[in-house]
Amino acid sequence: MGILLQQIVNGIALGSIYALIALGYTMVYGIIRLINFAHGEIYMIGAFVGYFALTAFGLPFWVSLLLAMVIPALLGVLIERVAYRPLRSSPSITVLITAIGVSLLLQNLAMLWFSPDPKTFPQIFTRAPFNIGGVRITFPQVIVLATSVLLMIGLNFMVQKTKIGKAMRAVSQDKEAAKLMGIDTDRIISFTFAIGSALAGAAGVMVGIIYPRIQPLMGTMPGLKAFVAAVFGGIGSIPGAMLGGVIMGLTESLVTAYISSTWRDAIAFSLLIIILLVKPAGILGKSTREKV
Amino acid sequence: MPANLLEARSLTMNFGGLTAVVNLSFQILKGELVGLIGPNGAGKTTVFNMLTGVYAPSEGSVYLENELVSSLKPHTITQKGIARTFQNIRLFNDLSVLDNVRIAFHSRSSFPIFDAVFLTPRFFKKEKAIYDNAMELLGIFGLADKKDEKAKNLSYGQMRRLEIARALATNPKLLLLDEPAAGMNPQETEELTELITEIREKFDLTILLIEHDMSLVMKLCERIMVLDYGILIANGTPDEVRANRRVIEAYLGGDV
Repeated sequence: MGILLQQIVNGIALGSIYALIALGYTMVYGIIRLINFAHGEIYMIGAFVGYFALTAFGLPFWVSLLLAMVIPALLGVLIERVAYRPLRSSPSITVLITAIGVSLLLQNLAMLWFSPDPKTFPQIFTRAPFNIGGVRITFPQVIVLATSVLLMIGLNFMVQKTKIGKAMRAVSQDKEAAKLMGIDTDRIISFTFAIGSALAGAAGVMVGIIYPRIQPLMGTMPGLKAFVAAVFGGIGSIPGAMLGGVIMGLTESLVTAYISSTWRDAIAFSLLIIILLVKPAGILGKSTREKV
Repeated sequence: MPANLLEARSLTMNFGGLTAVVNLSFQILKGELVGLIGPNGAGKTTVFNMLTGVYAPSEGSVYLENELVSSLKPHTITQKGIARTFQNIRLFNDLSVLDNVRIAFHSRSSFPIFDAVFLTPRFFKKEKAIYDNAMELLGIFGLADKKDEKAKNLSYGQMRRLEIARALATNPKLLLLDEPAAGMNPQETEELTELITEIREKFDLTILLIEHDMSLVMKLCERIMVLDYGILIANGTPDEVRANRRVIEAYLGGDV
């Protein structure tokens, strides 16, 4: 029982990181129907920005976290502007391939600039665990969980209550009609990339605090898993991405504990195949008919 | 003599080899209520799409208050004062009735991201003002008690009314209505006719409407333009148009 609770705690901490990344996938998909495969690399860049802010510049944690959100946000906007916007009226497969290209470009630039050797993320929080009812919780886990929850509450408020959030929902539902209601859709799309990328950047720092090894190819696997999480929750659905991320984290940590860590990734991706077979729209997704 | 609000000069629209609208020129004066009619496929909705910037005209230009607007993006044209409804209703289905209208209000001002992030008093004040305006508009359209309902759960007639309310929230000078009475029963059409008259006065609007329901068009419009195969074949008062030989031919086909 102790082990189970322990794994649930670990799983939720990991899952909240997946959820942060998955949100970017789902928001971008919701607004321009693109699976942005460069999203995992944005997360990697976030981890490196956090790393350099903490080590080379010796900035305090919260400032570093903020920087690790702002710089990826700007990068996300730039990528959309130069790589995706010119293809706005192209077939979706063209944009998808471009996204894969951007992903490879960022990986290789990162290897060039940061060197392919793994770096150790500075340990700013004590790793001494405290016990709650036999479950060991570490301070980094608390930070990760609290930060993720705060960011998600903030996102939810923004999407539900503010006018830019409403404009985002309007654009995702009917882009043409939104334009004719005076909404600058290009601006809303830029903003969506900024928010999604900022969350991924934050996830990069979060992962650095729990698993303190970062390297230029670190974005691939979590990127793919967060994508699975977004599909699992229902791509395009924000609560779905949060739920999908947490379920993904829990699955991984339970599989590692009870089956074997070598099965972890295989099971994660089997999950994708099963969802696509059984409920293609995801848990919270709506099955939509294609408009003709 | 009232001023010119909208002027279309030699508008032509080609889709590949098909020419949907040919060399169309017309003017709409401030305060006018003009009908645009014609058989199916005559190019009426294409004209709306050119006026609102959805299509860039292949040739020709559109002027709003003597300012060239046909090269602008749709959202800028909306901000300049042309709003529209759609033939096949295009509400934001998963947003509430209130939010559908609020979104259109929002387009009038810039997004104060700073205010929204830091929840400044100005943010709440602006939101309150928008809420009040939106509720007033919903009241006029008899939708105030539906404000929290999702748009997709409204009845058909309510959706049609909400579309007009949403268009009005952008504060237009010129309102384009694309078949507002489509699918309505005679009583609903009657109510819509009254509603259009009412909002026209209240909001000081100029209206251009596409409609197949001749009872509505003849009753409401002061001037009617008739389009056939993309060509303007008549432009005059309802009585003139009714008596126009080319119009009768276009509708009934062949010699009459």
